[in-house]
Amino acid sequence: MSYNKELYQRVILDHNKNPKNFREIKNATHSSHGFNPLCGDDYTVYLTVDDEDVIQDAGFVGAGCAISKSSASLMTAVLKGKKVDEARVIFDEFHKMVLGELDPEKDENRLGKLKLFVGIREYPSRIKCASLGWHTAIAALDKSEDITTE
Amino acid sequence: MADASTLKIKAPAFDVEAIRKDFPILSQKVHGKPLIYLDNAATTQKPRQVIDRMYKFESEEYGTVRRGAYKLSERSTQLYEESRQKMADFLGAPTKEEIIFTSGTTQAINLVAYSYGRKFIGAGDEIIISNIEHHANTVPWQVLCEEKGAVLKVIPVNDAGELVMEEYDRLLGPKTKLVAVNHVSNALGTVNPIKEIIRKAHDAGAKVMIDGAQSTPHMKIDVQDLDCDFYTFSGHKMYAPSGIGGLFGKMEVLETMPPYVTGGDMILQVTLEKSTYQKPPMRFEAGTPPISQVIGLGEAIDYLNAIGIEKIGEYEHSLLEYGTRLLSDIEGLRIIGQAREKAALISFYLEDAHPHDIVTILDEDGIAVRGGHHCAQPTMKRYGVPATARASMSFYNKPEELDALAASIQRCIKIFS
Repeated sequence: MSYNKELYQRVILDHNKNPKNFREIKNATHSSHGFNPLCGDDYTVYLTVDDEDVIQDAGFVGAGCAISKSSASLMTAVLKGKKVDEARVIFDEFHKMVLGELDPEKDENRLGKLKLFVGIREYPSRIKCASLGWHTAIAALDKSEDITTE
Repeated sequence: MADASTLKIKAPAFDVEAIRKDFPILSQKVHGKPLIYLDNAATTQKPRQVIDRMYKFESEEYGTVRRGAYKLSERSTQLYEESRQKMADFLGAPTKEEIIFTSGTTQAINLVAYSYGRKFIGAGDEIIISNIEHHANTVPWQVLCEEKGAVLKVIPVNDAGELVMEEYDRLLGPKTKLVAVNHVSNALGTVNPIKEIIRKAHDAGAKVMIDGAQSTPHMKIDVQDLDCDFYTFSGHKMYAPSGIGGLFGKMEVLETMPPYVTGGDMILQVTLEKSTYQKPPMRFEAGTPPISQVIGLGEAIDYLNAIGIEKIGEYEHSLLEYGTRLLSDIEGLRIIGQAREKAALISFYLEDAHPHDIVTILDEDGIAVRGGHHCAQPTMKRYGVPATARASMSFYNKPEELDALAASIQRCIKIFS
């Protein structure tokens, strides 16, 4: 294992400062609101899914810490062009990685750039930050109401 | 020769280095750096004297209280009641029977809300709180108001974090039944003019409950001089264990109140048809209490008294002034809460770094501060911030630690800019 354990890597800081897809999608087919009552992180995630179940567009708006914002930013970049089923698999792998149940260097995965967040496992209080955007996106796909993580 | 710390602030009336040696936890390292503990408004560390006293009690003196007719229980009961006396003296209460032990301030406020509130507050009555209360002094009143059809009124705060007293005057009226405000705000550090608040509430015919969770560790409290009806406290914020706290209540008020939690110990006589209740404080202490924690609380009070609470407050104030100067010099840092009367905590906000990111970066430097809404979401909303980072000081902190805090904040700004 030779991954970088540092939490605030350059890429994460860049995504925090200049998040990708940081916009509302007016005609989104799916959207959901995610909120962490413990820290106040608050995002809305928008997804446009076509008839073939492919995520054509992904965006988010809201406010929160660098970890939650950069994670949501990278997530939207990764989700675009993915099939919904694939998105769910990636979320599952991401979730396991931040919980320390999946080693991205050893275990097979489709995480790609998302491996950057592997260091989160060393910061148990920040796992919710990294996964808030993802939980919100999955809730949007499930068409559920507002979600909260704490 | 003066040491470095005395050059930065007025020399304390006690030996800070000697005091630090009393707190075993302060000598550890975090991430390879010496621990700088600045989250004292959340919870305080315990001196060896408190830890040792509880160890001795558990290993040599422990027995149930108020029910055993054997030596261990009698001794345990005596120590337990001695702690109640110490707490009464610490708050200036006329008698120890006016001190009720609970698990902490949250439960103490709930006791007042459930027992006093449900008996004496009805439809159309008004309860006044402020815009800078902890959720523990907000939610119980909301629940009570919802249940009884009473109305919750809120004293606003100005930009500095001070209560707008003219508005308080306007809110008070014949319908006001209770005023519940904190002595010191946990989110901003504001020291509220509670003597004036209490006097005016009494003039309007209302009772007053003061949330003293943040004040008792830092300043001399005299409930008789204040003339409050209730005054709450939390042990773990005053160098005692968690799980113990309570309230002072005037006996004439306590006597009118029904039990809040019922069961063993709080009764005089139980038949299958009806039970009669003990007098206060026993009426409000059903079940076996946290005995060792009460003994620990008594020891913590002895510890504070040996140093002198006024001297503690004076030194902490000089730390506050020093820290405020340091942090005010940091570009892009906004101090939330700049009341003229302030306890030793600094809530701050950085343009470029979220409080939770600040906490993580500071932690890498061994510095423990709180980041979040401090269980005071309405306060955060008032100042237009989602959360703040908060450094809260104790008499075991040193000016050098605030230098390290300022340096670490600068590092934060560099990382996130």
